Amino acid sequence: MADTSAATARARVSASRAGEKSRTSWLTTQLEDERVLGYVLLVPAFLLIIVFIAYPFALGVWMALTDKVVGQPGSFVGLANFAKLLDSDIFRTAAWNTVFFTVVATAIKAALGMWLAVLLNRKFRLSRVTRAAVLLPFIVPTVLSTLVWLWMLDGTFSVFNWILRWLWDLELSVFGLVVKEDFGYIRGPNWLGDPAWAMGSIIMANVWRGLPFFAISFLAALQTVPTELYDAAEIDGASGWRKFWNVTLPMIKPVAIVVVVFSFVVTFADFQLVYVLTRGGPYNSTHLLATLAYQISMHAGNLGEGAATALFMVPLLFVVIVLQLTYLRRIGVD
Amino acid sequence: MAQILIKDLYKSYGETPAVRGINLTIDENEFVVLVGPSGCGKTTTLRMIAGLEHITAGEIYIGERLINDVPPRDRDIAMVFQNYALYPHMTVHENMSFGLRLRKLPKDEIGRRVREAAEILDIGELLDRRPKQLSGGQRQRVAMGRAIVRNPDAFLFDEPLSNLDAKLRVQMRTEIKLIHQRVRTTVVYVTHDQVEAMTLADRIVVMNDGVVEQVAPPQEMYDHPATRFVAGFIGSPAMNFLPCKLTGNGSGLSVILSDGIRLNVPANRESRYRDYADRDLMFGIRPEHLTEQRQHTNAEQQDFTCKVGVLEPMGIDTMVFMNIEGADVCARAAPRSVKGPGEDMMFTIDMQNMHLIDPESDRIL
Amino acid sequence: MSTSAFVGETYRKRLIVFYIPLFLFVFAMLFPFFWMLITSIKTDAELYNRRVSPFLVRDPTFEHWRMLFQDTLFLQWVWNTLWVAVVSTGISLFAGVLGGYALARLTFRGSTVFSIWIFITYLVPPALLFIPLTGVMSFFGLMDSRASLMFAYPTFLVPFCIWLLIGYFQTIPKELEECARIDGATRVQAMVKIVLPLAVPGILSAGIFAFTLSWNEFLYALVFLSSPENKTVPVGVTGELILGDVFFWGPLMAGALFGSVPVAIVYSFFVEHYVSGMTGAVKG
Ligand SMILES: Nc1ncnc2c1ncn2[C@@H]1O[C@H](COP(=O)(O)OP(=O)(O)OP(=O)(O)O)[C@@H](O)[C@H]1O
Ligand SMILES: [Mg+2]
Repeated sequence: MADTSAATARARVSASRAGEKSRTSWLTTQLEDERVLGYVLLVPAFLLIIVFIAYPFALGVWMALTDKVVGQPGSFVGLANFAKLLDSDIFRTAAWNTVFFTVVATAIKAALGMWLAVLLNRKFRLSRVTRAAVLLPFIVPTVLSTLVWLWMLDGTFSVFNWILRWLWDLELSVFGLVVKEDFGYIRGPNWLGDPAWAMGSIIMANVWRGLPFFAISFLAALQTVPTELYDAAEIDGASGWRKFWNVTLPMIKPVAIVVVVFSFVVTFADFQLVYVLTRGGPYNSTHLLATLAYQISMHAGNLGEGAATALFMVPLLFVVIVLQLTYLRRIGVD
Repeated sequence: MAQILIKDLYKSYGETPAVRGINLTIDENEFVVLVGPSGCGKTTTLRMIAGLEHITAGEIYIGERLINDVPPRDRDIAMVFQNYALYPHMTVHENMSFGLRLRKLPKDEIGRRVREAAEILDIGELLDRRPKQLSGGQRQRVAMGRAIVRNPDAFLFDEPLSNLDAKLRVQMRTEIKLIHQRVRTTVVYVTHDQVEAMTLADRIVVMNDGVVEQVAPPQEMYDHPATRFVAGFIGSPAMNFLPCKLTGNGSGLSVILSDGIRLNVPANRESRYRDYADRDLMFGIRPEHLTEQRQHTNAEQQDFTCKVGVLEPMGIDTMVFMNIEGADVCARAAPRSVKGPGEDMMFTIDMQNMHLIDPESDRIL
Repeated sequence: MSTSAFVGETYRKRLIVFYIPLFLFVFAMLFPFFWMLITSIKTDAELYNRRVSPFLVRDPTFEHWRMLFQDTLFLQWVWNTLWVAVVSTGISLFAGVLGGYALARLTFRGSTVFSIWIFITYLVPPALLFIPLTGVMSFFGLMDSRASLMFAYPTFLVPFCIWLLIGYFQTIPKELEECARIDGATRVQAMVKIVLPLAVPGILSAGIFAFTLSWNEFLYALVFLSSPENKTVPVGVTGELILGDVFFWGPLMAGALFGSVPVAIVYSFFVEHYVSGMTGAVKG
């Protein structure tokens, strides 16, 4: 009986298959070939990248070689824009600021992020909530959180300065030397208005925003380190610091490097912080390449020169990308 | 239920060849097992039959049909993967009926077939579970059930039992054999476990380094291996190989293994070996044909003495290892007959089961 | 390490090396949000009085909130942002899922090269492209429209999604698909019926992360949009609530607070997905 039912079933299968055959369209057959399917699936991404990345990039390079201003076609000026920029103090300050800001902010974020990750990696009550809370600065819109920093670092109403003055008062009163008539004057730095402080303030805000990214990424890496390694190190008599240096760091180095490089690129091209906090001021002392490019192109309308300014990001970006690619290749991700 | 014909099959990944010219005919309803060491190209061959791997050169026919360019779904085959490849987001029932639903079979037909297959495999109660909720053995059954419901021309298995524990593996092995007897179909079964190969196969195909070494039914493969590789691969513990010299001794031939060990070649083999007299050859003998000294049951059994090296008691037998002229030799002796390590012991060798190998071609003479 | 580190640790030591630093970190991370809230519910009189402690609210008021919602286009901005974020995330997921699948699963000429290019574009910052993109957008007649952002955001979202999803697709056993194809599925069916359902967590991660990235984007929105009614929350709040040099801190902080709330809500529902999107984004 199994035989006959199987036979009829087979007949039905082959009948339905035959029917399907005729309906199998040319397209279906073509898409069975992974070489065809691969290209087809990449079409949307490819179009987007060509139209909105590759072409604009080429256009940017072309614009950088012209003296185009808003509303007028530019004419070819060769490398004049680049030469002009290299000659300008504002540009050189901005270039230096960009490097300084990126290196210092990334270093601080990496160090503090590692510390926070190690703390978060311990077991404690509310650890999940704590992790979620710590990530908040990273997820909210940067400009909006930067507005709070603008307010907290306000020249007149800075809460930090209020605290400083309060502490100052407290100390003075201990010695009985309170000068009450000076009450309205708030001691403390002019965070954003003083060139000496402005870059530091910007770095502080950037660290606040970027720290969670480091901490959570490092934490994810820490959680992949097998516990046995620590047990082994403990048996070998390693102290907490030694364990960190000899076990933790080497284990999470691959992830750490990628995270640092990634953040480096993002920090390098940061725009919002400076735009909101100082607009490049005071006296152009805090411009980064991105904000300077914006100022030159959108405010002054010199699109050619602005494009040239932005293009100065490419060499460093290039170095980072090459490093990253060779590194990824080496650890076999690709 | 169709013949599979493989002609000069060749496959390379870039520059490196994985399969180098395979010819094989698998008969209707035959159970063929591909065995060979890791990396010899078994999986690659199977995947080419399935249509998952592009064929570099050669032809594969299923039935009358040349299927080189037929996509897997139109080949009417089913495959059971090593990790079972059950769809995690579907229930057992959905897993088993997936192929039928794609072929738009009527609902009642699908239900009936799934029930039938589930009954054969005894997984009727599991139909509503997800793969995650199954044990390894149950997953294995579901994977087979998914193949059975399709009622395909051929079943392909790629090491289906290697993820199971030893006990379950033996049990499933028997079960696969039973199922094959119930659901007669052409089966191509890949394994690197030679016991599996011996117990399941109608014919075994031994592969090595991308080529077929020998195709034969299990017992014949065991008794008459064609090459040194097959002789060493099939059988456990493996056949002993010793360098030897073949010489004429007046009327007959004899094999010289060492100064003290000189064995006469059975008379019925003399014509086969005569041309190789006075040459350096390789002598092969399975451990079970090399025992403690016993009463001779045929004229070709001969005795010799050798110093015992290491002993490995297996319970039913004890493996006695010794060294003859630099070659490690293993004998299979009755546990109570063995001498201690370092002592001399008398062995009986059954020359009826000897093999001589030409070291140049590695073929068995 | 978590448990073993506690062995033999006194409470005092734990307090110093663990609780206090952790508290300080959490405090520093959350304080600005507290400040947003507290500023937005103070009266102007209190805000600009330096003689009283700024930490206390003597006379809470929702006047700034009311102003934000009634006197500004804030709700319109929220709507714009939401719309832009949803559409650009949708476009990016569509292109990203297909592209990621192709690059993770199919072998064809140029796939490696294309992966590398995706990676490179992934690292190209908006600051590098915004000037010429202005030209592209006006060519398509998209300047000052939400559509400009719907096309601009995928420039960084698509490479991100592809990169993330390549990693995710690679974790799905190839055999599942192969088995489906043997069972009778075409390549496309195997992708749609087997791989995509299993990739839902990864797609969700990519989507959540892409959504927050679009919600937060600033530079393109700043450059492309000019009419107040077209703006997104980040540009609207910074651009329209700051009039010249006059800062209305109450409404500004209310805007910052309520501009952050939608992402925070999305985030709180999908913390795990967000985190795996974020960590996956760098791991690749
Ligand atoms: N996708 C691939 N790319 C490159 N080389 C491959 C690929 N797949 C297999 N090979 C190579 O082809 C040869 C045969 O591989 P195959 O998987 O067929 O071996 P196998 O006999 O199934 O081995 P095992 O018993 O370990 O499963 C091996 O040398 C392997 O390294
Ligand atoms: Mg294999």
